[in-house]
Amino acid sequence: MKVAITSTGDNTDAKIDSRFGRCSYFVVYDTESGSTEFIPNPNLESIEGAGPASVQMVASKGVSKVVSGEFGSKVKSIFDQLKIQLIVVNDPSKKISDIIELLNQK
Amino acid sequence: MNEIAVLSGKGGTGKTCLSAAFATLCSNVVVADCDVDAANLYLILQPENDTEAVFVSGQKAVINRETCTDCGVCISYCRFDAISNINGTVEILETSCDGCMLCMRVCPENAITMAISDKSRWYSGTFRNGNMVHARLEPGEENSGKLVSVVRKAARELAKKTGAETIIIDGPPGTGCPAISSLTGAKKTIIVAEPTASGFHDMKRIIELAGNFGIKTYVVINKYDLNRDVTNQIADWCRENHLPVAGNIAFDPEMVEAMLQCKSIIELNPASDLSREIITIWNKIEKDEQTTDY
Amino acid sequence: MPVTIREMKIAIASGKGGTGKTMVSANLFYSLQNAGMKVSLVDCDAEEPNAAEFISGSSAGVSLVSQKLPVIDTEKCTFCGKCFEYCNYHAIVFLPPANFIQVVSDLCHDCGACVYACEYDAITEINKELGKVNTMQVNGQCRLIEGRVNVGVYSSVPVVKKAIQSLNCEDIAIYDSPPGISCPFIATVVRADYVVLVTEPTPFGLNDLKLSVATLEQLDKPYGVIVNKAGLGNREVYEWIAQKNIPLLMEIPFDKEIARIYSEGRLLAEVADGYQERFLVLSEKIKQACHE
Repeated sequence: MKVAITSTGDNTDAKIDSRFGRCSYFVVYDTESGSTEFIPNPNLESIEGAGPASVQMVASKGVSKVVSGEFGSKVKSIFDQLKIQLIVVNDPSKKISDIIELLNQK
Repeated sequence: MNEIAVLSGKGGTGKTCLSAAFATLCSNVVVADCDVDAANLYLILQPENDTEAVFVSGQKAVINRETCTDCGVCISYCRFDAISNINGTVEILETSCDGCMLCMRVCPENAITMAISDKSRWYSGTFRNGNMVHARLEPGEENSGKLVSVVRKAARELAKKTGAETIIIDGPPGTGCPAISSLTGAKKTIIVAEPTASGFHDMKRIIELAGNFGIKTYVVINKYDLNRDVTNQIADWCRENHLPVAGNIAFDPEMVEAMLQCKSIIELNPASDLSREIITIWNKIEKDEQTTDY
Repeated sequence: MPVTIREMKIAIASGKGGTGKTMVSANLFYSLQNAGMKVSLVDCDAEEPNAAEFISGSSAGVSLVSQKLPVIDTEKCTFCGKCFEYCNYHAIVFLPPANFIQVVSDLCHDCGACVYACEYDAITEINKELGKVNTMQVNGQCRLIEGRVNVGVYSSVPVVKKAIQSLNCEDIAIYDSPPGISCPFIATVVRADYVVLVTEPTPFGLNDLKLSVATLEQLDKPYGVIVNKAGLGNREVYEWIAQKNIPLLMEIPFDKEIARIYSEGRLLAEVADGYQERFLVLSEKIKQACHE
């Protein structure tokens, strides 16, 4: 299973980015292989519609879950229809490695 | 981070003067002037800018006169009434163009290209009580809501960098796109109402908007003594709707005098009744940790 | 010699909010109406319409304002992606592997590009309500036309346009403009023959007046200035307009009594001596300026 996590940096020591559509990086973590892929968010500076464009980005990576600090209502409804599960982590001090650990416990 | 948005619905109720007063009560604050259409707060706070950045507000269609045959196909497709035939020549009114690119795609002569609108600017710098971010939207350019988001993002980054705990957002009038962008994600909002029929009406609309976002809302009645009947009506309405009225501020020409001297009322006369009332209001709102009760 | 006014469209505007646009619009309307003119007032400040607080009339109809919103029929859609590519607002989410395509209504600007793009007739458009235009009959031949956008709608421009289009062939139309210098303001003033900028003699007023003037210069619209709340602040506004040769059309003093009349939703021209005549003089000045 693949999971996308919003990240402030390009390595697992970076902290989670609390914004979904305008996060700095997306991390795609594969729970089976343990691999991580860091993708700079191409929608960071887009004039409008960063949220839906980011949904499209992560969904095209085939993820089943997305972890971030907050999701807007537009984004939520599209994820719902795509049957992608959302996990809200309301702690900006959490590192990507912490979140990966939590995912592996489940 | 405590982001507090000062809004009013109706313009000219005293948002900017109050924002300046609140800002000069803080020791390390970040101020975000989000009235990007008509930014005024910098006139009082006089920040020293250390950053000037370009804001790209979008794209505008441009006709190449060499290849355009004035066939008018683009006119029939444009839904923004931005293209017209003026005495036989097809012209684009730049201020009406929304940048959708449809005219460029339908042009049989490939005579239309898109140009980036890059005349708007945003600035950040320091002032007496902390940092400030403000902006200037080029007249007629769109996406003022996006420019507000840019200003707020820069303000948050400055707050993080300087350890400021409070961001004061001086919002625009209205309930449209820039007002929405000023409210999104704010922790609290202060609605500056004035006791006039229109001030009361507009206050209800902006409170409806803040309610949509579930933001903790406080009302301040400015120039309350200009019409005590309407002041009482506003207070009654707030009570019925479970909204706290954080205070009433009297009309005082000293407010204008402060503006003329590029000072906040707190800096001009900290011991006045007016200043003392504003201090009480600020302490009440800034320290209030109760959650929303919508 | 009295000058007759025929088919003139006047926008009352200001960069800064709260300078008295609506007060001037409503008083001008009232004075012209009392003088027997066929006049309409269009409240173009659709985010915060206030003219109806000052003018009462009988309802003469409500029309809804909507935008077109594309809907994609996934039965007909071949997932070619052309509409997605044509949409310049990121309003279409497109995921071919999941056979997923959808319009995000809040992001759609109603430009029609996706409909044009689709070669498979898979996109139809439905109406999405943005607001209303309320028309009120005032004393027989005059009307108040109010644009009112729904709370939470991003742009009031379609409502402003529809309100102005609701005019018939009145002699005089007064547009109470939205504040600021962005799209709703532009949509109002481009449809006017003359623009009256209402300002106040304070640093804020002057700063915003300069922005409005720069915008009107770019649009090549004739304009003049009314100084409201005269006596407050300083003389800088007067010095600046004199230096720029901008006509000073009228001054309205700062006065607690005037503020009180306004706060109660009453009209100066109705209750204060001499104001009806002053607003008629204003209309004559505008008429002359239009013909220069």
